Amino acid sequence: MSPSDNGVSRRRFLQGSGAALGGLVLSTWLPGFTPHSVAAEVTAAGRLGDQAPRGYGAYVRVGHDGLVTVISPKIEMGQGAHTGIAMMVAEELEVPLSSVSVEDAPPDSDLYADSLMQFQATGGSTSTRHSWQPLREAGATARLLLIQAAAARWGVDAAQCEAREGVVHGPAGQQLPYGELVDAASALPLPESVVLKTPEQFRLLGTPAPRLDTPNKVNGKAQFTIDLQVPGMLVASTLTCPVYGGKLKAVDASAARQVPGVRDVVTLENAVAVTATNYWACQQGLKALTVEWDLGEHAGIDSEQLDAALHSASSKDGVVAHSSGDIDAALSGAASTFEAVYEQPFLSHSPLEPMTCVAQVRADACELWVGTQVPAFAQQTAAAVSGLPLERVQVHNQLIGGAFGRRLDFDFITQAVAIAKQVDYPIKLIWSREEDMTHDMYRPHYVDRLTAAIDAEGKLQGWQHRIAGASVLARYIGSLPESGVDSDAVEVAIDPIYALDSLQVNYIREEPKAIPVSWWRGVGPLRSTLALECFIDELAHKTGKDPVDYRLALMGQHPRAQAVLKLAAEKADWQTPLPAGQGRGIAVSAVFGSFVATVVELEVQADKGVRIKRLVSAIDCGLVTNPTSVLAQIEGGTLFGLSASLFNEITLEQGQVQQSNFHNYRQLRINEAPGVEVHIVPSSEDPGGVGETGTALIGPALLNALAAASGERLRRLPLSRAGYFPVKGA
Amino acid sequence: MIQLSVNGAQHQLDVPDDMPLLWVVRDVLGLTGTKFGCGIAQCGACTVHLDGEAVRSCVLPVSAAAGRAVTTIEAVGQSALGAQVQQAWLDHEVVQCGYCQSGQIMSATALLQRQPAPSDAEIDAGMAGNLCRCATYTRIRAAIKDVDAGGAA
Repeated sequence: MSPSDNGVSRRRFLQGSGAALGGLVLSTWLPGFTPHSVAAEVTAAGRLGDQAPRGYGAYVRVGHDGLVTVISPKIEMGQGAHTGIAMMVAEELEVPLSSVSVEDAPPDSDLYADSLMQFQATGGSTSTRHSWQPLREAGATARLLLIQAAAARWGVDAAQCEAREGVVHGPAGQQLPYGELVDAASALPLPESVVLKTPEQFRLLGTPAPRLDTPNKVNGKAQFTIDLQVPGMLVASTLTCPVYGGKLKAVDASAARQVPGVRDVVTLENAVAVTATNYWACQQGLKALTVEWDLGEHAGIDSEQLDAALHSASSKDGVVAHSSGDIDAALSGAASTFEAVYEQPFLSHSPLEPMTCVAQVRADACELWVGTQVPAFAQQTAAAVSGLPLERVQVHNQLIGGAFGRRLDFDFITQAVAIAKQVDYPIKLIWSREEDMTHDMYRPHYVDRLTAAIDAEGKLQGWQHRIAGASVLARYIGSLPESGVDSDAVEVAIDPIYALDSLQVNYIREEPKAIPVSWWRGVGPLRSTLALECFIDELAHKTGKDPVDYRLALMGQHPRAQAVLKLAAEKADWQTPLPAGQGRGIAVSAVFGSFVATVVELEVQADKGVRIKRLVSAIDCGLVTNPTSVLAQIEGGTLFGLSASLFNEITLEQGQVQQSNFHNYRQLRINEAPGVEVHIVPSSEDPGGVGETGTALIGPALLNALAAASGERLRRLPLSRAGYFPVKGA
Repeated sequence: MIQLSVNGAQHQLDVPDDMPLLWVVRDVLGLTGTKFGCGIAQCGACTVHLDGEAVRSCVLPVSAAAGRAVTTIEAVGQSALGAQVQQAWLDHEVVQCGYCQSGQIMSATALLQRQPAPSDAEIDAGMAGNLCRCATYTRIRAAIKDVDAGGAA
């Protein structure tokens, strides 16, 4: 369901008590959710001890000072969501962006569940797509009420008034600023519906806007979770069993307790925590521990075993996720068949701010200060661990120092609450980089096995696509539907942009027990796009066709995909010949509601040095909220994916993750980073997602370029596995 | 007791000699703009200035900073050059999550102090120690080139 399917008339608006909040309050409920807070009094943001702050769920507040607060259902983790959402409200409310500030929504699935994901989360490139309709409606509704309040004051028809820059203007030149109207507006009945602006009427949306959160990120004032200070708080750090599933057997903490600054040593089922006045003392305390682990059943597992199991699984049938045409007939009747197997490794998220959470557990309440993509889940796990009812757990969301999917999980929050429960002071849990990297929840290792049927004229008839790997979805929500299909893992694969007479996609679930898996920027569409775009490229070369022409001929049903492919190729001078040893690779996909194509131009040296000369992307993401953020996300997302494609793979030995810090899980540095040229296709379609698109396209474009330049067709990431390394220079 | 000068303020601190400067600045002095990322001088999030030079405070024992001038992100804007760098970061919309940017700005300011108009190679050399997981490198480079350090220095 696209956001535009949710008509205003199907949406319930609640206008709260303006007096209680000192202004006009608006919130909307999504269809399908029980708005059980409708009956609740709208109260001010309650601290612990206040009565049920459930009604505090508005999207928009207009204060008596005329300033606007947007309660954002999406958190800010660098993607620009806060600014984009503020722009949506400001556009319809007719206020300057400078008068808008943004607060993170508290946990409340009824109010803030994502319309695409059906739970309260920031992820899946949904922030713009989800917010586009309800946040603009909230702004428009507030504007309408403020105009009506002014018209009533002047005794004129509201239709004769208009709002500009936070002021209502009357037919005789009267003016009233919003701040003077909020009490009257709060008493008015809500409109049955509101008319939103058409794109031609936008004055703010679609124009480059400076990010609201960045001024304090260049002067040290912005506070991330790791920077917070709560009265009486101590720092905590942990040593968790090095093998997933292992347990703590015994610990001698006598030496640790002697370390200056150390307060307590707390044991958990699978970890030991030290609390201290500072992080350094915590680490000294942890080093002084003598710990005995029960490493458990996974202690003998290494990467070779997991590889073998996965490769074996990739030849099985699993469950059929999609079947159209008759792939068996196509393959048996084909003039030739072509099979290729693509492999993508386990990956760590490794955001630069390690996992960190401030937690306090008291007899009657629990309070969390934590940057999380899933505040409602954070609240639930804190309630479960502390034994307190859900409404006694408060979550204060924070700016996030990188997530890339990692903070869709809350294992570190669970751990923080478990520690806080055992002490009588708030703790700030900070994982060391080593704890963070060796106790991540990893992007699964996947194997994609594709077999194409080609007729006597060289025409592609279709393909069978087997996808083998762990199910992140099953781990995350507890199980898969009865079909056994992981809808994330097969996304894009079951609906490729290419017209195929026959297509069958099989999903083979193969769980690596020694390593937990999770969402990683790009998720299923990234995995599928790598397999499909490398495969289609190989088919083009195999049949002697230009990779762009070959794709275009199969993409007739997707004009937007064709357009970005053509634009990227044109901007990258696709037709201009390159000297020997150089080549271009291209990839195109429909991902997260957007259409994206990326071209890589590179040179491969005799010593396997890879010099990337150009990266060119074209995106059609529908209506653009903030072009600055779109450009920045494609640039950064592309290089984020390039870094992983070049260097990264998590491996296991004796059940233990072998990569521990940025010296052996290295990342792209500025001296290795090529520029990224981004071209946005103007579009009036509904907004698509952006944050993960660049990441999803770079891998196949890189592998295709490598093949074009060197003749070596790599089918397994990262490039470093095959001895390639980046070289910079003109 | 260690005598430490941070952002022009003098502190007498009772901390272990081998405690890294990072944790003294963050957990003892409460200046949290300087970030922790790796603890082994691989990411540069902890970069501060020691007598104007960029150093990784996560591996620098506080005793090595005694008697020298420590400058952190909270005070870098007090110099004309530091303020120019911060403004260039905003003008070029460099920042995404922002966690590494304190360190990036400290490294860039030290680089521009040494080399007012750095070449691409000099930017590479001066900034390669600072990781950005959001990979804002394209804009970092553009911002550095946009600073007219000759005018500020």
